[in-house]
Amino acid sequence: MTSSPPADAAVRLDRVGKRFRLYRGRQISTVKDLFVRGRPGGLFSGEEMWALRDVTLAFPRGRMVGIIGSNGSGKSTLLKLLGGILKPTTGTVTVSGRVSALIELGAGFHPEFTGRENVHVNGVLLGLSRVEIRERFDAIVAFAGLEPVIDNPVKTYSSGMYMRLGFAIAVTVDPDVLLIDEVLAVGDQAFQHKCVAKIQEFKARGKTIVLVSHDLGGVERLCDEAVWLDRGRLQATGPTQEVIGRYLDNVAREEARALGVEHERVETAVAAGTANRWGTREVELTRVRLMDGDGHERYVYEGGEVCTIHLAYRAHRPLDDVVFGIGIFRKDGVSVYGTNTAIDGFSLGKLSGDGEIVVRLDRLDLIDGDYLLDAAVHARDGHPYDYHSRLYAFAVRSRIRDTGIARLAHEWQCPNAGDDAGGAHDAHDASGGGRQR
Amino acid sequence: MIAHLCDLYRFRALIWILVLRDLRARYRGSLLGFLWSFLNPLLLMMVYVLVFSVYLRVPMERYAVFLFTGLLPWLWFSSSLGHAAGVIVGSGALVKRILFPAEILPIVSVLANMVNMLLSLPLLFAFLLAFGVRPGPTLVFLPLLLVLQLLLTAGLALALAALNVHLRDVEQILGNGLVLLFFLCPILYPVSTVPGSLALGRVLTVPLRPLYFLNPVAGLVQGYQNIFFFGREPHWIHLGMVTLCAVVALLGGYWVFDRLRDSLAEEV
Repeated sequence: MTSSPPADAAVRLDRVGKRFRLYRGRQISTVKDLFVRGRPGGLFSGEEMWALRDVTLAFPRGRMVGIIGSNGSGKSTLLKLLGGILKPTTGTVTVSGRVSALIELGAGFHPEFTGRENVHVNGVLLGLSRVEIRERFDAIVAFAGLEPVIDNPVKTYSSGMYMRLGFAIAVTVDPDVLLIDEVLAVGDQAFQHKCVAKIQEFKARGKTIVLVSHDLGGVERLCDEAVWLDRGRLQATGPTQEVIGRYLDNVAREEARALGVEHERVETAVAAGTANRWGTREVELTRVRLMDGDGHERYVYEGGEVCTIHLAYRAHRPLDDVVFGIGIFRKDGVSVYGTNTAIDGFSLGKLSGDGEIVVRLDRLDLIDGDYLLDAAVHARDGHPYDYHSRLYAFAVRSRIRDTGIARLAHEWQCPNAGDDAGGAHDAHDASGGGRQR
Repeated sequence: MIAHLCDLYRFRALIWILVLRDLRARYRGSLLGFLWSFLNPLLLMMVYVLVFSVYLRVPMERYAVFLFTGLLPWLWFSSSLGHAAGVIVGSGALVKRILFPAEILPIVSVLANMVNMLLSLPLLFAFLLAFGVRPGPTLVFLPLLLVLQLLLTAGLALALAALNVHLRDVEQILGNGLVLLFFLCPILYPVSTVPGSLALGRVLTVPLRPLYFLNPVAGLVQGYQNIFFFGREPHWIHLGMVTLCAVVALLGGYWVFDRLRDSLAEEV
C-alpha cells in the first residue's frame, strides 16, 4: 500500500489524505489567519476529521472501477479529489486526460430557464464549446427523452427529468476519465438501461470510469475492479467480486455485532421488566438465545444454516401444565412460523427449578431480511406464565434474491433433457454456498 | 496570475453565456421584463429629485439630469458588489460539483451589471438632449472610464466574494458601507459644494477636497459628470488616483481570491 503506484495509469493517487476541519460556534477569526493560512483559523474549533487517509491507488486506462463502502467512508470525497473540485491535504492526485464528473446531475441548472437554455449554459460549464452544444443539442434532448418539454422552465420538471437532462449533457462531454456518483439510480427503468448502455459504450472506447455506488449488484455487473473504503482508509482493492465479498463479510460481521449488542440490551430490559413481557410468572423465561450449529451465540445467519433457540426457564413451583412456544415474525409483523411443545406433542413432564428447552431448526430457510422472535411459556388453556413478545431480533442474510417469506426446499427439473446427470439442480446446494455467485 | 487571466480568456464563452443568463434571469417572470433596467434608475432619480430639487431646493440647473449621470455608474458599482458578495455562497451547487474557475462568478456579476448600465446609456442621452445638454467630443473618454471602473469593481468583487464564504458578515458590512460611500460620492451634489478645506478649531485645518478624492468612486463619478454633463475632460489627477486604486484593487482582490480558492468548495 505504501509502494508508489505505476506511472502510466490514467488515475493515480499517492498517499492521499483529505482533512476537513469541523467548525463550531462563532468564534471570531482573525483576518491575519485567513490570509496566512488561506482559511479562518479562529473559527476552527480544534476538531478535525480525515475523510481520507493515506490512500494509494492506480487505475489503469480503460478500466471501470467501482468504489464501495458504507456511508461516510470517503467515497464521494475521493471522487471530488479526482475531479479536482477538492484539493488533497496530503499526497498527490494525478489524472491524465479530460475529466467529466457526474457528481451532481443538473448542478447549475437555473430553475427559471427552459431546458433548452439550461442545456446551453450547462454544456459550456462542463467544457463544451457553443458550437459543439449546438451540434449535439438534438442528441442530448433525444437521449434525455425530453423533446416535448424542452422549452418549458426546468422548475416544472420532475426530479427524474431534471437528472436525465443532467446526465444527457454530462455524457456528451466525451471525457477521457468519467467520474460517476450514484447516478445509476436515476430515472425509470428504460432510462437506466440507456445509462448502462452509454457506460458500456464508454468502456468499449477505452475510457476510464470511476463509479461510486451503494448498488453492489450494479458495481459487480459493470466494474472490472473495485475499491473498498472504510472510514477514509483503503481496505481492499482488486477484482470486483473479491472486494465485494470481503466488504459484505465485513458488513455482516458489523451487523452481527450490532445485533449482539441489541440482544444484550433486550436481556437487560427483560430482567428489569421494562420490555414487552407479560404473564403470571409461575414459570419464568430467564434467558432466550440463538445459537449456531457450533453452539456459538449468534444473531445473523445465512439462509439454510442450523439454528438452535435456547429457552432457559425457572419454575418457581413444580408444575406439569406447561407449554413452551416460539414464533418467528418478519419486521413488518407478518407471522412466518409459530409452534409449541403441545402442537408438536413433545411431552415435558413435571418441571421444577432451573432448566433449558432447546428448539433445533436444522435449516433456517428464511429469505434475506430482519426477523423478530417471540418466546413464551404458558398453560395448556393459554394462560400465560411468561410471554416475551417481539423482543429478540435476528437477521438472515442471503445473496439469493428469491421472494416471499420462507425458502421452501425445492429443485428444478427438466424431465425431457435425457439423462438426469445435469437435469436437476438441488436448491439446497445453492443456498449452502450462499457466497457463491 | 497571468496563467489565471489566460484561463479566464479560455472561459470567455462561459462568462458570456453566464452574463446573458444573469441578465435574462433578472427580470424573468416580471410583466415589464427588461424595461425594469430603465425604470429602476428612473424611479430612483425621481425620488431624489423630489427630495432635493422640490423640497430642499438645491439651487442647480438641470439637477435631474446631473443626478442621473452620476446615478448610473453608481448603480453599476453598488449592485455589482452587492451581487458579487453573495454569488459564491449562493452558487454552492456549482462550486462544489463542477470544476471551473470560481472567479468567473463574481466577474460575471460585474459584467452583467455593466451591460445593464450600457443599455441605460441611450436613456441618459435622451435625457441630456431633452434638458438641452449637448454631449461633446469629451465622450471619447467614456471607454477609459468604463475600463477603469470595470477593473476597480472586479477587484473588489473578487475579494468580497471569497471573503464572504468564510465570514458571512462581509455581506452585511458591505450593505452599510455602500450607503456611506454613496454619500461620499458627488452624486446628489456637485463637487463644487465640497469645501476645499475644513477648519477644525483654530489650529487644525483638514484639506477636505484632496481627502475626498482618495475615494476612487468619487473620482469616477466626477469623470462621468465631466464628460457627459459639463462637457469637459476628466480631472486627470483624480483619474490618476482612480487608476492607482483600480490596479491595486484588482491585484489585491485577485490575490485574496487566490489565497482562499482551495477552501471555497469546502466552506460553501
